[in-house]
Amino acid sequence: MSDINRRDALKALGIVPVAGMLDWSTPSVARATKMVERLHAATDTAAYAPKFYTAHEWKTVRMLADIIIPKDERSGSATDAKAPEFMDFMLAEKDASENSRIQARGGLAWLDTEMRARFSTDFIASTDAQRHQVLDDIAFGKKVKPELRRGAAFFNSFRASVASAFFSSAMGWQDLKYIGNVFNPGWNGCPPEATKKLGVSYEEFDASLAKRRKQ
Amino acid sequence: MVEREAAEDYDVCIVGSGAGGGMTAYALTQQGAKVVMLEAGGEWYASKDTKMMVPAYASPRRGASNRNRPFGEFDACDGGWDIEGEPFTRAPGTQFSWWRGRMLGGRTNHWGRISLRFGPDDFKGKSKDGLGEDWPISYDDVAPYYDRVDDLIGVFGSREGLRNHPDGNFQPAPRPRCYELLVKKASDKLDITCIPSRLSIITKPIHGRQACHYCGQCNRGCQVKANFSSPDVLIGPALKTGKLTLITQAMAREVTVGKDGLATGVTYVDKRTGADKHVKAKVVVLAASACESARLLLNSRSAKFPQGLGNSTGWVGKGLTDTTGTDVSGFIPAMVDHVPHNEDGVGGMHVYMPWWLDNKKLDFPRGYHIEVWGGLSAPGTGFMGGIANYPGGGGYGKSLKDDYRKYYGATIGFSGRGEQIPNADCYCEIDPTTVDQWGIPVLRFHWKWSDYEYNQSRHMQETFRSLIHEMGGEVFSNMPTKDQGYGLSTGGSIIHELGCVQMGNDPNRSVLNANCQAHDCKNLFVTDGGPFVTQADKNPTWTILALAWRTSDYIAQQRKAGAL
Repeated sequence: MSDINRRDALKALGIVPVAGMLDWSTPSVARATKMVERLHAATDTAAYAPKFYTAHEWKTVRMLADIIIPKDERSGSATDAKAPEFMDFMLAEKDASENSRIQARGGLAWLDTEMRARFSTDFIASTDAQRHQVLDDIAFGKKVKPELRRGAAFFNSFRASVASAFFSSAMGWQDLKYIGNVFNPGWNGCPPEATKKLGVSYEEFDASLAKRRKQ
Repeated sequence: MVEREAAEDYDVCIVGSGAGGGMTAYALTQQGAKVVMLEAGGEWYASKDTKMMVPAYASPRRGASNRNRPFGEFDACDGGWDIEGEPFTRAPGTQFSWWRGRMLGGRTNHWGRISLRFGPDDFKGKSKDGLGEDWPISYDDVAPYYDRVDDLIGVFGSREGLRNHPDGNFQPAPRPRCYELLVKKASDKLDITCIPSRLSIITKPIHGRQACHYCGQCNRGCQVKANFSSPDVLIGPALKTGKLTLITQAMAREVTVGKDGLATGVTYVDKRTGADKHVKAKVVVLAASACESARLLLNSRSAKFPQGLGNSTGWVGKGLTDTTGTDVSGFIPAMVDHVPHNEDGVGGMHVYMPWWLDNKKLDFPRGYHIEVWGGLSAPGTGFMGGIANYPGGGGYGKSLKDDYRKYYGATIGFSGRGEQIPNADCYCEIDPTTVDQWGIPVLRFHWKWSDYEYNQSRHMQETFRSLIHEMGGEVFSNMPTKDQGYGLSTGGSIIHELGCVQMGNDPNRSVLNANCQAHDCKNLFVTDGGPFVTQADKNPTWTILALAWRTSDYIAQQRKAGAL
């Protein structure tokens, strides 16, 4: 790799070349760049056929996932980030416990049963207002009525899966402004805005250590 | 029929390739010995095989764990508490889990790189408080080897002059993350010693290895060898000498013994074919992990050693200990709406708290250290679990999405890691009926914590809660009650099993002498966590490495003198 390419590569990796990183040899940077490029390569966009969920469940899952994490001005929705695909994959794969499968399926059945009991319609066919009425009763852990705890347990675990999938996606990382997972050989602690916000400083840290060493 | 592995004889056969086995192979090949190493798992070098920097979204399981990678699919270590075809059993009432690595490098592919020297008191606990046993060696015996390990492998830290937390030959420690500064400030207020951590991650290049690039993913193994794992740092150089023969997928069955009572080699199962094979060696070194080495000795029965090799006084399997552990985390309001920045740092904490109190004023005898975690780690599976515990209370929709953004990174957690006092109720033995898939009898575990450990765990819980409150935070969980064991971990879950093949001066109460040489068999040695007489409030790896080097020097010297 020529030096010019090396500079481009470093830029692609998000590294600002600084003195003192001479140990970052050209071949190692080339290797790292190749790896990052591979990772950023296009992902599969073909339609997904669920392996665990039935057609009805799949529709319910997709609708509920997008109610939990909707599209807004900053990023897309749970289905945009393929959260249902992740949930289906995890339930279908060989290490998934029988109990997790039963709870996932049973929870969706609980939801439809509760909707029918209240509104004589299943989750998919109900109105937004009807859905919100049930979800409001099970989505706030500490306020849930005892008779709805089973529904709340299902919702809690469903929401955790949706959030896991959404925020572990490329879209989720961007949404959270997570800017790590890069070569960052110039680590020098956190920026002044971050320390200032917490009311801490490196000077205070160093001074405290020095004081203790003198004792 | 047992087939010979090769026509040639080796000077030394090492069983296991982790910290102890890797260091023994490194030290002995440097001194010219012809060494063969048996490893039960497959070949794996982090420099070639790591999943470093693979983002969660590159996998359909988004980094979630699976059966042989219980710490997540990108984790380096192939192993776990539940290994297919390799059961273990527990005596009634025992809660204990046995973790095993099944790959080249063993659990050096798993560990947190916390590289602490045992201090002078840690070798002489009994002299201080009357509990457990003293080691037959002292800090001064091991110190020169700690120095050599520091220089060969590399460790960062700061020189603090704390008497029982000896300084090493440290590389510069990285600056703390901003939330770690907050932890330091709270620690100062509560008079808890808080100093830069000591991890075997290099911050300056040494021996052809590059310095850390701060991606925070040491647990996946490092492509540029900036952290310590046995294959890249010890076994690679040992292979380069041309003196090491490595045999992987080799599950040791038995140490063989001649008529004279000396070890002649090791019989193992070639897992690829299922055939039994034998390697012949003048010296046998076990470094298969504390419990696995004990199992191998107990399964090596002969007319001369009907109770198992090294077990004439029934001490193999005794003195089993694990590190105590409990965790507390909380939400820190000062950290909401974070300032976006790269907070990855090294793959572990940048500050920690070594034991800081005097036990004379406490209701438990030995100490613990505190590990620190939190902040802006890479979002993956399990992201912000328990969102209902945050002030928003859970919910769904736009407000939930905003809550995740607001509270992301606003968490700090503490994990206590403390010293257990060895007790007669914690040991392993061979199960009378159960075998593994190769017909090798398995271990049965016995385990019972004492009040010393429960009281220590209560103290950890109270301390961590005070720290979180001092930072203005809210603890996520209620204080565990006495019935809940004060939150104390189950045995084996901190993965620091030590003992079972202990060293000591009294052959009736130990298996090995002060050079880790079997009392019953002079050409048999153990260089893993088995020889440990006690735990300390320090992670064991650095001491395993130092003792393995010391034992290797003894072996080399005895060979030179014609005694082996």
